[in-house]
Amino acid sequence: MNSIIKEEKPKNTISKVLEVILTMVSRPSGLIGLIILIFHVTLAITSPLYVPHDYKAIDPSLMLQPPSSEYWFGTDSLGRDVFTRTILGGRTALTVTFFGSLIALLWGGAVGIFCGLVGGKIDDVVMRIIDAFLSIPWILAMLLIVSLLGTSIIVLIPALGFFYGKGIVRVARAATHDVIAKDFIVSARARGHSNFSIIWNEILPNVRDAIMVEGAMRWSWMLLGFSSLSFLGFGVSPPTPDWGLMISNARGLMSFAYWSVLAPIFGLSSLIIGINLTADAFAKALGIDRSTKAPV
Amino acid sequence: MLILVLKRILLGLITLFIVSLITFVGVEVLPGDACTTYLEREAYGAALEACYKRLGLDIPAYERYVNWAVGVIQGDFGYSLSGEMKINDVLGPRVKNSLVLASASILIGIPIALLLGIITALWRDKLPDIIISTFTIFSMTIPEFISATLLILIVAIWLEWLPGIVIVPTGASISELLPNIILPVIAISMIMTAHMARMVRSSVIQVMSSDYVQMAILKGVPYWKMVFKHVLPNALLPAINVVALTIAWLLGGVVVTEVVFNYPGLGRLVIESISNRDLPVVQALAIILASIYVVINLIADLLTLMLNPRLKSLQIKK
Repeated sequence: MNSIIKEEKPKNTISKVLEVILTMVSRPSGLIGLIILIFHVTLAITSPLYVPHDYKAIDPSLMLQPPSSEYWFGTDSLGRDVFTRTILGGRTALTVTFFGSLIALLWGGAVGIFCGLVGGKIDDVVMRIIDAFLSIPWILAMLLIVSLLGTSIIVLIPALGFFYGKGIVRVARAATHDVIAKDFIVSARARGHSNFSIIWNEILPNVRDAIMVEGAMRWSWMLLGFSSLSFLGFGVSPPTPDWGLMISNARGLMSFAYWSVLAPIFGLSSLIIGINLTADAFAKALGIDRSTKAPV
Repeated sequence: MLILVLKRILLGLITLFIVSLITFVGVEVLPGDACTTYLEREAYGAALEACYKRLGLDIPAYERYVNWAVGVIQGDFGYSLSGEMKINDVLGPRVKNSLVLASASILIGIPIALLLGIITALWRDKLPDIIISTFTIFSMTIPEFISATLLILIVAIWLEWLPGIVIVPTGASISELLPNIILPVIAISMIMTAHMARMVRSSVIQVMSSDYVQMAILKGVPYWKMVFKHVLPNALLPAINVVALTIAWLLGGVVVTEVVFNYPGLGRLVIESISNRDLPVVQALAIILASIYVVINLIADLLTLMLNPRLKSLQIKK
């Protein structure tokens, strides 16, 4: 009797994580993405220990030097070492967008699951508000917030987290709708479990994958958004080294000093591509097809 | 059917109403009002009073909202702070310039995207697919300002084929604009094409593996006849919605691209009005951009409804 109704033993978390990572690196694109991402994260954490020059040391006599053995990527218009600034340039972006996407994931997931579960009037109202926020271009809203509240990290992280979380609400809600009619939810209700217990024990394990994949994709879009803000002069403030800011500063002089614009372009592009490939491989490893989604 | 369409339009209107509330409340709640942020250090005494009077900020918020909303419905956005002009006069030429840019990008982008998407799907995992897919992944992941900057560096500075930035007055005519928009159009349509091509690809692949296509193959329907008669009509239908979302999403990206190329469109007006702290213009822009988003999505939904007989009898999804 016991053997018939015995459930399949759930795998423990570590072996599941290991399995997902193995599936991810089994495809070349996933392996490349993960290597790039790990490289960038390591660089961001350790780079202050071995930068060759001071990132904010201004020296007019060294303006716009071409690459040399002393200054590997040349110098910028204020005589600062481009190599130093490039390897430091991802730190703020990675920190802000990592915590930003974490916030987006948490609030988007929570609101989405809640709306999917309760339905009715509350769901209607919340979704209309989410629709309204989706229809305001994120860049306009972000620029307004930043210009009125300032560009410190304390403003940027929650603001980005909020604006990139509204898409997650829809994904979490749709995923909740998919599981909510299943037998195990109905039987949990019949057993008299509370809403909270149903969310935590029955719904969350089933929608977690979809939400996490969405969060990973948001991370790369948020990085894009954050760098766009920096590029427009509404992100981190100088002299903090940041790729978006560096590209915008070096752009006007690129006809005689292309190195100072190419170095940060390479840094930012490789990080975004790395995160994207990793997120894609992550989605495929969890069996979620994202190719038909638009970037909302 | 008619009820469904009316319902959809009503939903769009409700969304726009909430957008107007959000922008109004947002500007109200965030520290500083239009006058103090605009006048900055001179915001005291007579200058502040005069500014309040001019903008009507001395009356209660809900009354102002109603006045403003009534104006917007009649197509009147009120006065801009910095230029002391009517916002309508500020917006007019910008809307036209952005429309020129957007329609050129869409006209070029959509056919190329369809072609690339179909090619990559039919030659899936073969050489054409690998080359094109790698290219599309690159151009959709790299930020607009990077691809635009690289375009300027390569085409304008190294090859010297085209001018790098647009130097035309805001009120330029379309014939004056056209030679200047080549690089911006390439930059915008590159990203748009990449997104849509990937969508079309996966949609075609999905239809190709469906039962009725397999059946057609077994029945011996010629390959190209099958592709054009059975696969494409079914594959392109779901693409409409995503194309609409992609276009709407580009509204944000266009801001950056217009700044890079110095193009006098709506996008640059966003930056200018925010830098000048011209909150009435920012509010107007939010409403206009949101309306474009809502209208594009509405058109896409209605198109899908009209083209898909099965959906007519169903409820609106979601």
